Amino acid sequence: MMTHWLVVPLVLPLVAAMVNLLLGEREIGRQRLVSLVCASGLLVAAMVLLERAAGGGLTVYRLGNWPAPFGIVLVLDRLSGLLLTTTAVLALLSLLHAVNGDDARGHHFHVFFPIQLLGINGAFLTGDLFNLFVFFEVLLIASYCLSLHGGGPERVRASLRYVALNLIGSALFLLAVGALYGLTGTLNMADLGSKVAAAPVEQVALLRAGGLLLLVVFGLKAAILPLHPWLPPLYGSVLAPVAALFAVMTKVGVYGILRTVTLILPPQGAVGGAIAEVLPLLALLTLAAGGLGVLAAARLRTLIASLVVLSVGALLAGIGQFNAAGIAAALYYLPHTTLVAAGLFLLAEPITCQRGEVEDRFIPGPPLLQPTRLGLLFVLGAVAAAGLPPLSGFIGKLMLLRSVAPADGPWLWIVVLGASLLTLIALSRAGSRLFWGTAGTAGAAGTVGWRQLLPAALLLAASIGMTIAAAPISRYTEAAAHQLLAPQQYIDAVLGASATGGKP
Amino acid sequence: MEALAACTVAVLVACGVYLLLRARTFSVVVGLSLLSYAVNLFLFFTGRLLASAPPLVGSGAGAEGAIADPLPQALVLTAIVIGFAMTAFVLILALRARGELGNDHVDGKGGR
Repeated sequence: MMTHWLVVPLVLPLVAAMVNLLLGEREIGRQRLVSLVCASGLLVAAMVLLERAAGGGLTVYRLGNWPAPFGIVLVLDRLSGLLLTTTAVLALLSLLHAVNGDDARGHHFHVFFPIQLLGINGAFLTGDLFNLFVFFEVLLIASYCLSLHGGGPERVRASLRYVALNLIGSALFLLAVGALYGLTGTLNMADLGSKVAAAPVEQVALLRAGGLLLLVVFGLKAAILPLHPWLPPLYGSVLAPVAALFAVMTKVGVYGILRTVTLILPPQGAVGGAIAEVLPLLALLTLAAGGLGVLAAARLRTLIASLVVLSVGALLAGIGQFNAAGIAAALYYLPHTTLVAAGLFLLAEPITCQRGEVEDRFIPGPPLLQPTRLGLLFVLGAVAAAGLPPLSGFIGKLMLLRSVAPADGPWLWIVVLGASLLTLIALSRAGSRLFWGTAGTAGAAGTVGWRQLLPAALLLAASIGMTIAAAPISRYTEAAAHQLLAPQQYIDAVLGASATGGKP
Repeated sequence: MEALAACTVAVLVACGVYLLLRARTFSVVVGLSLLSYAVNLFLFFTGRLLASAPPLVGSGAGAEGAIADPLPQALVLTAIVIGFAMTAFVLILALRARGELGNDHVDGKGGR
């Protein structure tokens, strides 16, 4: 019975989306209720799964009870548990923000939102490479529609580029999957891991090409350096709750990279070595590009979007160490940066609204109507995002810097600290321009009560929570890192006869 | 036979990439379609090129002969369905971009 919890994160949003589709848009009140129930249910399910994963064992759910390399499996380990919980928290709070009115500014918000959650959760849980592609497509098509939610030329322009790029990405993903399948004859990720490790020498070059194609695809989703220019315009133009949810989408790409380099193509093998060589360099370049992007941003929302790019660089810098400390640091940093970026996106909406025509550009504009409450939240978010003590961003960066081997130390220290400095400068400039650089008189529209600000406040306060609970969370992420670096446990759990399989 | 198959995929990919780089929405859509045809063919070929080999293994005769791998065919079907839906979506999006932005450049900025 217990193993059936593993399909709840997939079935629940699917059912919610279907119910919302049947209800139709006239019943938006009920649609909101269904979506909120779905998001709360997902949070409960994620907590149950997190507690189960924390025990250290892997849970394998065989769909249709087909044996492992032939059937499709869902696998829960500590990494999936952590990411599912992050997604569930983020989804519930974004939705709480959206029901204040953003969901009615376009069509079918409450259909696409659960579908997007289905895709994200599925990508985190699946143990099959082609299934991962399918879940990527599910989350992408929902994200195409959500990114257009609210309409307007700016969104259409950013979305068109995003859609075209991701369609190319999907084609490359299929090429990679086809190449790996043609050589190994399997799509099960655990089975792929063992087959690739035992591959004959003449296949290594082709396998390496397949692996690097996978890296390109995940790099596009994660917005790694040469593939990141789509992100700032898109995240800067979509509606606040959508942007908040999108904060976790780049982490799906990071998850793909992490899973690939630990399970399918570990760096010790002849195939994974090529990826392991380029990953740290890409991480540093992404960090630098994110830092420059943050400094160059002319609007608050573009600035936050560049923070998302920067955070991907920091995560990859941790993963690129290929040691337990580095991955543990990245996994601690991941929920922090996701939730804080989402909180800032939600906070940017009332700021944009109250400045009237000027919106969130860093030019003198009408003064804000509620500078105190918005300002306090902005300071909290800025301190968390810049990685200043005492909040969790500081702890995450400290863990990251301590994980570096002395040999590669200098470069990573310089780039991480330099990017943090640039972030600090950019955020202080943004804050002083938005809150103090005023001209003219205040408009009348756009005051927000604490009820509307609650989701943003909670997301930003998550940073305080992660600081207080830093010890248990970092213990968990360290255990998760050790689990990832010992992929034999994963392979045995999926392929072994002794696995605790679901019996539907 | 393998060389012919590989050349077909290569020509399709080359045409697709050329059209994608044209940066006008119509040619981008056609380029994406060509690219997805190439990918579907490639996926199909990963099951190896075999003629008149059964995809299912019975308990009796034929079990010792060559067998076509049915999985790539299933993958291609899934990929075709997804690709079809995505092409339809990007077409509508391209039309909407034409309407909202007043030109058919993928940057929405117009001009050459």
